[in-house]
Amino acid sequence: MNTVVLIKQVPQAAELPWDSRTGRLKREASEGMMNPACKHALEAGLRIKERHGGTVMAVSMGPPEAEEVLREALALGADQAVLLCDPRLAGADTLATSYTLARAVERVCPDFDLVLLGCHTTDSETGQVGPQMAEELDLPAVCDAEDIQIQGKRLTARRVSDGFLETLELTLPALLTVTTQEFTPRDTPLGGVERAFAQAQVRVLDAEALGADSSRMGAAGSAGSMLRVYSPTAQKKGVLLKGAVKKNVQDLLDRYGDRLGGLIRKDLGLEG
Amino acid sequence: MEEAQKQVWVFGDYRNYFQNRVTLQLIARARELAAAMDGQVCVLLFGHELQDWIDEYVAHGADTVLVIDHPSLKVYQSETYTGLLVDLARQHRPEIILVGATSFGRELAARSAKRLNTGLTADCVDLRIDEQGLLVQTAPGFGGNLLAEIVIPRHRPQMATVRPGTFQELPHDYLRAARVERLDLPPNLPPERVRLVKSERLPPREQALENAEVVVCGGRGMGSKKKFRNLHELARLLDGQVGATRPVVYAHWAEDGALVGQAGRQIKPQVLFSFGISGAIQHTAGISGNPFLVAVNKNPNAVMMQMADVGLVADANQVCLALIRELKNRLRT
Ligand SMILES: Cc1cc2nc3c(=O)[nH]c(=O)nc-3n(C[C@H](O)[C@H](O)[C@H](O)COP(=O)(O)OP(=O)(O)OC[C@H]3O[C@@H](n4cnc5c(N)ncnc54)[C@H](O)[C@@H]3O)c2cc1C
Ligand SMILES: Cc1cc2nc3c(=O)[nH]c(=O)nc-3n(C[C@H](O)[C@H](O)[C@H](O)COP(=O)(O)OP(=O)(O)OC[C@H]3O[C@@H](n4cnc5c(N)ncnc54)[C@H](O)[C@@H]3O)c2cc1C
Repeated sequence: MNTVVLIKQVPQAAELPWDSRTGRLKREASEGMMNPACKHALEAGLRIKERHGGTVMAVSMGPPEAEEVLREALALGADQAVLLCDPRLAGADTLATSYTLARAVERVCPDFDLVLLGCHTTDSETGQVGPQMAEELDLPAVCDAEDIQIQGKRLTARRVSDGFLETLELTLPALLTVTTQEFTPRDTPLGGVERAFAQAQVRVLDAEALGADSSRMGAAGSAGSMLRVYSPTAQKKGVLLKGAVKKNVQDLLDRYGDRLGGLIRKDLGLEG
Repeated sequence: MEEAQKQVWVFGDYRNYFQNRVTLQLIARARELAAAMDGQVCVLLFGHELQDWIDEYVAHGADTVLVIDHPSLKVYQSETYTGLLVDLARQHRPEIILVGATSFGRELAARSAKRLNTGLTADCVDLRIDEQGLLVQTAPGFGGNLLAEIVIPRHRPQMATVRPGTFQELPHDYLRAARVERLDLPPNLPPERVRLVKSERLPPREQALENAEVVVCGGRGMGSKKKFRNLHELARLLDGQVGATRPVVYAHWAEDGALVGQAGRQIKPQVLFSFGISGAIQHTAGISGNPFLVAVNKNPNAVMMQMADVGLVADANQVCLALIRELKNRLRT
């Protein structure tokens, strides 16, 4: 079983400080981190390798810093890692991203059996790259897989889809996207990241090395274009209450208790 | 179909209640878009024994319904449905295709956009036609309080997905008439490579939060898991439900099912209490119906405070506790 796992580095969102991640990871990837669903996809790939043998290759497209998540993938047990890094690949929408990643997979691991992706990223969260890569590589695919069983060339996957629990079957080679429900990632082994950093194992490829159509990659190969980015201001002429909490809370209920009480059919009016 | 007229297409997604609602919501917005470009709304409907859905989509505003009704289409299949949609799009060249952002719809839209070599914008919160006749797609972006306007200038069709609850459906009008065009299953359709071995309907998801008239939402500003629990007591006194922001869910202060926003539930309460929430667009995107909003935040400039009918500049947990005490007093009398 040769598995390719696609891994994206995403911003370490300010909202994750409580995440039970190792302190190590936070220090070493203070700005970026491995997208959570990608980490689950990698775990799925590693478990398949443990069971069925073969190799796991991690592939990422991103800026030079994205090498960090590939080092992490190596530390976790991936055999090889490839970074696609080229300013010409920047600004890609999912149309161009899926084209580029598909060509990369064909180039670096032509004899793959399985391609694994996260169901979506935490930064732009389109979830479009998986199904679009399946089209690009012309592979049978299951999105949002939660359980994966392999017997010979037959793969069975389970997923929840719009209120249905589905069991699906297909023949390898295939592509799956993995959710964060199952395949809880293992801990990074102590010293593993350092070791992975010491051994230069990440192969870096630029657009040329892919030997693909450059007009279909990066901003040039994208259909969508950003008109503007703005901050929505939904201002209401509300009342602002400052100062003593108790008094403000009483004020609030004196003024609006009737309205609230009417809704819940309870008397919240002025304190009797 | 009259090819001269510009077409706005909506994928008819009907497998369950939410899928059907989002289809109706998209038809309503598609009507506005079609009006702005002097075009018409066409709904695509694939499956078997579809008359109820045809009637429903006509009553809700479709000008045309393109139907492929065949026993082999009885269950949703992504490769097959993609093939049908793409074939029809190549023949009729619609300007715009809208798809509900359900599990099935997302995959269908992504695959179709790829085969049609066009752009697809995910989770749009607004759609309009500009002076040049381009579809301007507004989508939340960059992890914070920002909205991005995206256009697809050169590729056609312009495609977008929209989450359920983003737009409002039109009322039923059973007197409306529309064109219903029944098409045959194309003869050379490749067989689906992914076989559905088993499909069980899961028990319907709890709807308490979506349907609640009073929602008490808490964010990171609540401070801790222990303090967050006080919101449940407040909600109980108000016969309301508790909602949460993503950091809170990630920190396990609240269950996944409490998440309100783009990635979670869509709420439409009459009254909303918001404790220690900054008001990121991904969160506020989940609130509709313009509720009476009481916000509590240490920072009077937080977006949530700007949106509020009443803003209390104070510690979130303290206000929660004071409200609990005050409500208990008043409810006893
Ligand atoms: C705020 C924002 C909004 C955007 N909205 C859109 C949009 O609506 N439509 C659109 O076409 N583009 C959009 N883009 C561009 C889009 O983010 C890029 O194309 C991106 O490279 C892939 O999209 P994603 O992160 O949503 O991937 P998803 O489809 O959510 O990712 C699924 C999986 O694909 C794999 N993957 C994705 N990217 C990479 C990568 N660079 N390297 C390795 N594996 C990867 C991973 O396994 C990942 O788990 C947006 C970008 C931003 C910043
Ligand atoms: C693709 C994507 C999808 C997302 N989907 C969702 C979603 O569905 N739902 C969602 O909620 N988020 C979602 N997010 C995250 C979202 O962008 C915000 O990060 C999140 O909503 C912020 O939550 P918060 O307001 O609790 O935290 P913060 O933004 O950290 O705000 C905390 C607020 O509390 C105030 N505060 C601090 N201490 C106190 C105190 N003691 N008393 C009173 N106030 C205090 C602060 O002034 C601040 O305004 C998504 C993000 C992305 C990128």
